[in-house]
Amino acid sequence: MSKPKISNQYKYGFESDVPSDQFLPGINEDVVRAISAKKNEPEFLLEWRLKAFRHWQTMSQPNWAKLKINPIDFNAISYFSKPKSQADRPKSLDEVDPELLRTYERLGIPLHEQKLLAGVAMDAVFDSVSVATTFKEKLSEAGVIFLPFSEAVEKHPDLIKKYMGTVIPYKDNFFAALNSAVFSDGSFVYIPPGVRCPMELSTYFRINAINTGQFERTLIIADKGSYVSYLEGCSAPMRDENQLHAAVVELIAHEDSEIKYSTVQNWYPGDENGKGGIYNFVTKRGVCKEDHAKISWTQVETGSAITWKYPSVVLKGDHTSGSFYSVAVVNNCQQADTGTKMIHIGKNTSSTIVSKGISTGKGQNTYRGLVKVAPLATGARNHTECDSLLLSEHCGAHTFPYIEVLHPSAQVEHEATTSKISEQELFYCRQRGLTEEESVNLIVNGFCKTVFQELPMEFAVEAQKLLEISLEGSVG
Amino acid sequence: MFKINNLSAGIGGKTILKEISLDIKPGQVHAIMGPNGSGKSTMAGVISGNDNYEVTAGELLFDGKDIKDLDPEERACMGVFLAFQYPVSIAGVNNMVFLQASINSIRKYKGLPPLDAFDLIELIKSKMKLINMNPDLLQRGLNDGFSGGEKKRNEILQMLCLEPKLVILDETDSGLDIDAMKAVADGVNAIRDDQRSFIVVTHYQRLLDYIKPDVVHILKDGEIVMSGDYKLALKLEKEGYGWLS
Repeated sequence: MSKPKISNQYKYGFESDVPSDQFLPGINEDVVRAISAKKNEPEFLLEWRLKAFRHWQTMSQPNWAKLKINPIDFNAISYFSKPKSQADRPKSLDEVDPELLRTYERLGIPLHEQKLLAGVAMDAVFDSVSVATTFKEKLSEAGVIFLPFSEAVEKHPDLIKKYMGTVIPYKDNFFAALNSAVFSDGSFVYIPPGVRCPMELSTYFRINAINTGQFERTLIIADKGSYVSYLEGCSAPMRDENQLHAAVVELIAHEDSEIKYSTVQNWYPGDENGKGGIYNFVTKRGVCKEDHAKISWTQVETGSAITWKYPSVVLKGDHTSGSFYSVAVVNNCQQADTGTKMIHIGKNTSSTIVSKGISTGKGQNTYRGLVKVAPLATGARNHTECDSLLLSEHCGAHTFPYIEVLHPSAQVEHEATTSKISEQELFYCRQRGLTEEESVNLIVNGFCKTVFQELPMEFAVEAQKLLEISLEGSVG
Repeated sequence: MFKINNLSAGIGGKTILKEISLDIKPGQVHAIMGPNGSGKSTMAGVISGNDNYEVTAGELLFDGKDIKDLDPEERACMGVFLAFQYPVSIAGVNNMVFLQASINSIRKYKGLPPLDAFDLIELIKSKMKLINMNPDLLQRGLNDGFSGGEKKRNEILQMLCLEPKLVILDETDSGLDIDAMKAVADGVNAIRDDQRSFIVVTHYQRLLDYIKPDVVHILKDGEIVMSGDYKLALKLEKEGYGWLS
């Protein structure tokens, strides 16, 4: 196999020399059982996985998205890979393989607590397992549970049993069903009633091993009157093969609680000819279960060969609100079909959608969104803003907004624009001493501002840098 | 300081400027006047490096160096500033952020460290006072929803902050009421010294009452047909361009 071509654009593309314990490629009931056994799971979870697997076998991969996807051979994927050193879960960072720690250092995420960004607790997921979770003690003082998913299954099976699959049932869709059958790790968060989580919670997902898929689950529960802000980041080595990342994220916001979920997605996008890169097929959904709950999704999607996801909010309680802020960048041969669903069920619910799509190279960027107002949802309001910026001749921007209003009192607004950076704008900036690239970055950042403002400070800076890297050399 | 030697330039194969020569000494103000379509804006564009125009012959000597093949940003960093006739609006880009990026880009070229936020605000506020500009405009998008007068003031604010060596004012007086025109002139006069040179492109003599030129050139059909002192501008104001043949 040839070494992937080194591109100076994707600086997270290195591979770590970490011996792994990896399943042979292939999927069947034995594999599902083996994953469950590896994790010493309770019977109910194995049963759930098997039901999901049997259902998945009856389904076929959907093809309604505006995406060109190479056929995926699900039997060529290894469904479990774990660094050998993690055989017995290390009790502290001192027991973690130094090579793993170095990997995260190189990614700019030191796992030693004293070096971490103040006020951010981190769960680091490497291939199929969580390798370290920081600040556990400090969080548990506040009653917050922040654990790798598999550890949460051992320690809090009741919570898992109560909530898992309630927002995204295993039958939900093809990739959610697959995830439900073979999910390996992920993060679990529970914020008890009345608690404002004392720090930002964060998970960093890293795919390292070859021919593996990453199937993680994240489950976040904000109990009555609580608040949590959660961030996820991700990256992967550069490889010529496509790798599948099919995650499931479920959010449950109880009465008067608030969940803010931010993503800075930087999976390997493939090379300039579209070879390699991650297939990022993710199901994300939150439910505002009771009155006055709030859920907000913010995503900055710069990586992945294909991004296919719709972080959504079900507004079940009265006076609940949901929002979706998104920046999606496609360069070279990248494709994105992303957006959201806002389902208004309770009374006086509101939702906000702000989507900014940036396309360059031969990239294809699609916004797809649904705003649905149920028959009994009086007083529902939605505002959607959907802007596309085109930076090259051969890129594309597409918008598919679906609006279904079944109650006459609803107020639904949709605004959309498509623009290019004009020659006059560029010349103006350059006449003031900025290079062409600096000018484009300035204008693009201005274009994304309303979304970046929703991110926690450090991540807004990171997102801005990532955007600049993704657009490097794309002008002209 | 700035010399144009036998410059010919055009757009899309069509020649607009024909063998123009100018010699601007340090500290001088040259006015370029002329009827519509005489090539005034082309000249402003060619000097500042707008690549819509092509230079077919001649030289643009800035401090002895020919800048005609340089990128606009490099010319800007060397000290060429164009106050646009129609400044663009870019809604998402904060006016102050833009000014900061511009100032620091030029400082970087000069080998100076970037200005921190405090020094920057102080600098900008002091310059805004000079031209009586509403401080709220700093936090808006770049020229976004600005009135004509506000846009021109913003150009002058940028000029004051960037301290260029050669300033080209491209019909900066067009569409301005008398207060705004005075503010623009105040800004220009505040940075006139024996080193800094100006090219004032204008249709009317009015602005020249406030910014007194050393030399006045008349541009017609892409050629400089007459040069003189301030009195030439007064004659044009009285008699129009008709008597030039």
